[in-house]
Amino acid sequence: MVDSLGTSPDEVQFRFRDDEVADHGTVTVDACCDQTNATAVRIEPGDDARVLLPFVDRLALIEVNFPSFADGRGYSAARILREAGYTGELRAVGDVLIDQLSHMRRCGFDAFAPDTPLDEEDARRAFATWENVYQHAQDTSSGRRRTIVELRHE
Amino acid sequence: MKILTGNDLKTGDVIWWTGAGWSRHVDDAADVGDAGNEILATEEAARRVNVPYIIEATREEDGAVRPAHIKDRVRALGPTVRPDLTLKPKDPSALDWVI
Amino acid sequence: MYKYDTYDQAMVDARVAEFRDQARRRLEGKLTEDQFKPLRLMNGLYLQLHAYMLRVAIPYGTLNSAQMNALGDIADKYDRGYGHFTTRQNIQYNWIKLEDAADILEDLSKVEMHAIQTSGNCIRNISSDHFAGASHDELIDPRPYAELLRQWSSFHPEFTYLPRKFKICVIAAEKDRAAMRLHDIGIQIVEQNGEIGARFFVGGGMGRTPMVAPMIRDFVPLDQLITYAEACLRVYNRYGRRDNKYKARIKILVHELGKEEYTRQVEEEFAHLLDQGIEPPLAEIARITEYFADPAFEDGAKTVDRSDPDFALWVDRNTHRHKHDSYVSAVVSLKPVGGIPGDASGEQIRLMARLSKQYSFDELRIMHTQNVVLPHVKIEDLHALWTALDAADLGAPNMDTIEDMIACPGLDYCALANARSIPLAQRISERFDASGKTEKLGELKLKISGCINACGHHHAGHIGILGVDKKGKENYQLSLGGSEAEDVSLAKITGPGFDEDGVIEAVETVTDVYLAQKQGEERFLDTYRRIGMAPFKEALYG
Repeated sequence: MVDSLGTSPDEVQFRFRDDEVADHGTVTVDACCDQTNATAVRIEPGDDARVLLPFVDRLALIEVNFPSFADGRGYSAARILREAGYTGELRAVGDVLIDQLSHMRRCGFDAFAPDTPLDEEDARRAFATWENVYQHAQDTSSGRRRTIVELRHE
Repeated sequence: MKILTGNDLKTGDVIWWTGAGWSRHVDDAADVGDAGNEILATEEAARRVNVPYIIEATREEDGAVRPAHIKDRVRALGPTVRPDLTLKPKDPSALDWVI
Repeated sequence: MYKYDTYDQAMVDARVAEFRDQARRRLEGKLTEDQFKPLRLMNGLYLQLHAYMLRVAIPYGTLNSAQMNALGDIADKYDRGYGHFTTRQNIQYNWIKLEDAADILEDLSKVEMHAIQTSGNCIRNISSDHFAGASHDELIDPRPYAELLRQWSSFHPEFTYLPRKFKICVIAAEKDRAAMRLHDIGIQIVEQNGEIGARFFVGGGMGRTPMVAPMIRDFVPLDQLITYAEACLRVYNRYGRRDNKYKARIKILVHELGKEEYTRQVEEEFAHLLDQGIEPPLAEIARITEYFADPAFEDGAKTVDRSDPDFALWVDRNTHRHKHDSYVSAVVSLKPVGGIPGDASGEQIRLMARLSKQYSFDELRIMHTQNVVLPHVKIEDLHALWTALDAADLGAPNMDTIEDMIACPGLDYCALANARSIPLAQRISERFDASGKTEKLGELKLKISGCINACGHHHAGHIGILGVDKKGKENYQLSLGGSEAEDVSLAKITGPGFDEDGVIEAVETVTDVYLAQKQGEERFLDTYRRIGMAPFKEALYG
């Protein structure tokens, strides 16, 4: 029972993972809790990401939908999932624009499927926005980089 | 009558649609009738105006244009508390016109 | 005060480059206005009634003479010769061109300044007590914590698209001189059992639905401050309302959940976040604190020569007791009688810079009441300082009197306004000065807002005035009994509104009631609290 929900691998424009692009039918958060074999789920802004915590080990793909770029709930959802130990693909979908890419990356997103494909060069620059960062987020707490404060006191 | 106003994208200047282009002087404003939305869309897309909108206005006897709402009259003239910075610094009746 | 290291400087430099690129993309049409608007707002660039308006951040209201000079130069070079100091300790320029904005940000970056996050649905300027680090009654200087919060909140990736704006205030005294209880998060540094910590108040605010922030946590150890703030913000980001712009502030969330439930959710998130190790090490607050060491105070005269009555009046009204008995903090009034509250010319701004260098260890503060403070002035220098201020129309001896009113820019400048507020302020100021009533009234905090967004803080005025639109005409509601100090209260509306002449008469009327009913040393606010609204209502409406 595959939903028409969710983005396909073709729509993933940017990805920071070595493994295969997840190509599973995506289910809603509610369905995920009921279906014991769902491996891909889509979170809407009003969903509580913590509902998925019991399932993070079997999920290969979590999509977080941004119906409007101005709705920032997905950033918290992403961090919460990573903080809980989710290591699968975390894909930002929807109204994903150039100027949100770097913040999304910092919060733990490693795949991006914008509704409207973005300029590759603008995106490359956008991902490189932060030479250094002040506060902790997923990228620093995972050890991928250090915060300015950590660098100051090394 | 209905007139169009907005701001110049680069400078932020308050501008008024004249029928052929955009002017900083409200008295140059043209009656757009029902064509306002169409003109707006074209002009905004071409970046000849920023955040344009349609307002009600009346044409006075001397040909002057008076926006219906005080906010647009303040935009047309300038801040009432700094006459020196308005479009009519030497006109003592300009303040009354706004209010 | 804080000085940038290479990381801080690189950060603002990069932001200038980024904004330059964003503005270019807008001008080329690669970004629509809908897409560009949140980006320009995050650099404090508004589109207002007459032009673009730029709001420059003055972190916790503290700046030095080089920075003040730059602000004066910007006023002259890019604007029309003046700037406006705001009720959040920032400065605004009203006549900015988009094509100049990146250059202005670059000029600012050269003096360690910026316009980052002075607008938009993100964490705004961290505000503080304008006498911080100088006042006699502080526990410690709260500004190192304000600086810690400033860095933590700058470009926070999780909190850049909040439901609405977010305002944080930090103080460290029992006296609240920064309207701390009327912020989204208000922090009071306190001492308990010999330990210093942060008391968190969450859910205050003015605007359409004013609320006083309830206390959420009595004591957060200072080495958990950032983690606790993050928990408060995360709960807000997840659950703040996004369906209605006028119900999107955290005060609505706290009110609708109830203080207990909001607190429970914060404590839960806080416990989780403590495991994530996001708190900066104590070494960082120690590093920052070093920048806020006291200047080299010297002993000197402890009193002034009062033979000049004008000088004596200014000293009595406009100076604040300092922790060192040879110094005071001096208030530079930007409220000359009949003037525009909070405005200063490029010339005046540069003069204040010079005076701060000469008389105040190169430091100035911006008050949320739209005045400027020279925090550390030697008492024996006061007369020379006052003479210079007086000559530049900056010497009005009216702090905390009715003439020291707050007025938002109002309909003369602001696209959100319903009515003009500045002309009201000017007329009231002139009238009360001319009649000598200012003197008789003593402490009276009058606050004027041109619309319900309450940037003039009218809810917190002893007398508050709110401009509204009544069938296309400007109309004004009068309210009484608000306070933004530690005795915080929200003003109550007297009744039907008035036109411009009417509301000025109404202010005369209510102040007459006060003078007639005053007992002992009561302020207006005290008399109102004792006798209630009825006598005022009676006098106003018969």
